Amino acid sequence: MGYTLDPEILERLEELEKRYPSREALMLPALWEVMDKEGYISSEAMEAVADFLKVPLSKVYGVVSFYSMFHTEKEGRYRIRICGTLSCELCGASEILSMLMDRLAIGVGETTSDGKITLEEVECLGSCSTAPVMMVDETLHEKLTPERLEEILEELK
Amino acid sequence: MRDVKIVSARFDIDGMYRLDTALKEGAYSTLEKAFSMSGREIVDMVHRSGLRGKGGGGAPAAPKWRLVADDESGLDSVVVINCDESEPGTFKDRQIISKDPHLLIEGILLTSYAVGAHDAYIYIRGEYRPFEKILRRAIDEAYEAGILGESVSGSGYRVDITVHRGAGAYICGEKSALLESLEGKRGHPRLKPHAREPEWYFGRPTLVNNVETIATVPYIVANGPEAYRGYGTPESPGTLLFGMSGHIERPGIYEAEFGVSMMEYIERYGGGVRGKAGLKAVIPGGASTPVLTADEVKEARLDYESMRALGSSLGTGGMIVMDESVDMVGVLENLLGFYRYESCGQCTPCREGTGWSDRIVSSILSGEDDMGGIDKLMELADTMNGKTICVFAPAVAGVIKAFVEKFPDEFRAGRGGGR
Repeated sequence: MGYTLDPEILERLEELEKRYPSREALMLPALWEVMDKEGYISSEAMEAVADFLKVPLSKVYGVVSFYSMFHTEKEGRYRIRICGTLSCELCGASEILSMLMDRLAIGVGETTSDGKITLEEVECLGSCSTAPVMMVDETLHEKLTPERLEEILEELK
Repeated sequence: MRDVKIVSARFDIDGMYRLDTALKEGAYSTLEKAFSMSGREIVDMVHRSGLRGKGGGGAPAAPKWRLVADDESGLDSVVVINCDESEPGTFKDRQIISKDPHLLIEGILLTSYAVGAHDAYIYIRGEYRPFEKILRRAIDEAYEAGILGESVSGSGYRVDITVHRGAGAYICGEKSALLESLEGKRGHPRLKPHAREPEWYFGRPTLVNNVETIATVPYIVANGPEAYRGYGTPESPGTLLFGMSGHIERPGIYEAEFGVSMMEYIERYGGGVRGKAGLKAVIPGGASTPVLTADEVKEARLDYESMRALGSSLGTGGMIVMDESVDMVGVLENLLGFYRYESCGQCTPCREGTGWSDRIVSSILSGEDDMGGIDKLMELADTMNGKTICVFAPAVAGVIKAFVEKFPDEFRAGRGGGR
């Protein structure tokens, strides 16, 4: 039981603290550290962040639940975020999404049975001129076509 | 119509994100001049240039700068750069931070010195990780070269820039929600003060400006306010990184001066509407600006005043172009799905109104139309308008009204269902 923030994480956060008027400002940076390391933020990790920031746990939970990129459960090894907003939709995002659901045999918000890929439909990724687009973790894939999608999925195998 | 590149002048130079290339191309050359002037003189220059905020609102920049520069609280001032670019159809700030990040850093240094701030934060949306990495590298290089830190380029003036990563929330592009988020909280917009005053970050007087606004400052300092006023219209001076997406032959970002014809812009830079279908409509400046019909597009000019006269808004200048094949009910349903998801939930008319109107439009789209149709939809739009803390809900109301009023046949009951 219990979760402790790694010494390297604490060191980075304490260095970063010098840049801000208050430790509370480190809320998002601290939660990103946990996300980057674990892939999700458990309730134990939230307690550790609350202790570090010296704020109530409820405040940390409130923040985690507000932002769409923070997750509270362990999900697939890779996360596919496909944009479904207007410019991508006008350029064929629905077809790409149907193809993804078909090839992965999952729906939006689900994870493949081998625990490898979680599929998420997201709002505008700010890449409207190269629509349709999706992100695989931190990589942006632009001007998607069925052929390009096949290649990307092949690389994830 | 003439081509003009002020902010995008160095976008096409190979490796411009690297400091050595940037220095060769003249980056940071305004610093010496700036430090020979007083901060107040730079604020006056920006005032005379007529620079307006380029994040969507279009408010004059200098009055905001003065509020911070003139603050007498004795507390350290703060500069915050809004790089939370999340308005659908908008993708201009990412071009600056990935193609010419040193231009932004130079702009931040000039702005910080002008308003007397030593600490600057760049709030960047979480999804921009690939571009954030380029920006962070540029900042690291600037620190190593002594351009940032204790003594900016040997001037004795300290400026520190900290990149702060958001985590997925459209509303954090609203400046007071952004500051809440930067303080480590949920991104809930703040109540607006009755009198003009600066924004506040942990109680410190704070200037919040969009990336492109700040990236315009080096040009003004280098060339003088009159040079900037040489472009655009008297009320909307200068240029904007306008952009096009959707059904357009050459989508992308192309800088242009304010006041040019929208149709001419679309044809000259975008190559016109893609495919054989004709133009049906354009959303002029990001999803939250009221849609224009093809006839209105022919009249439209790209400046704040002209767009307001047409009952719409210039917004971010990110145009979404739609051809004749598009079902406007489907388009509105897509946009309402966005607003429903992104409403921060603080005010009831917005939290409930965005979801309810989305369900109504879905029912019209499916052909069932059993939720009160356009009468209920328009009533809801009225309820959402002017009763909330921020402009999110009023913008949604404007979007709904424009679609229903300009394309009434498509929203009528009994449309037969299906897309």
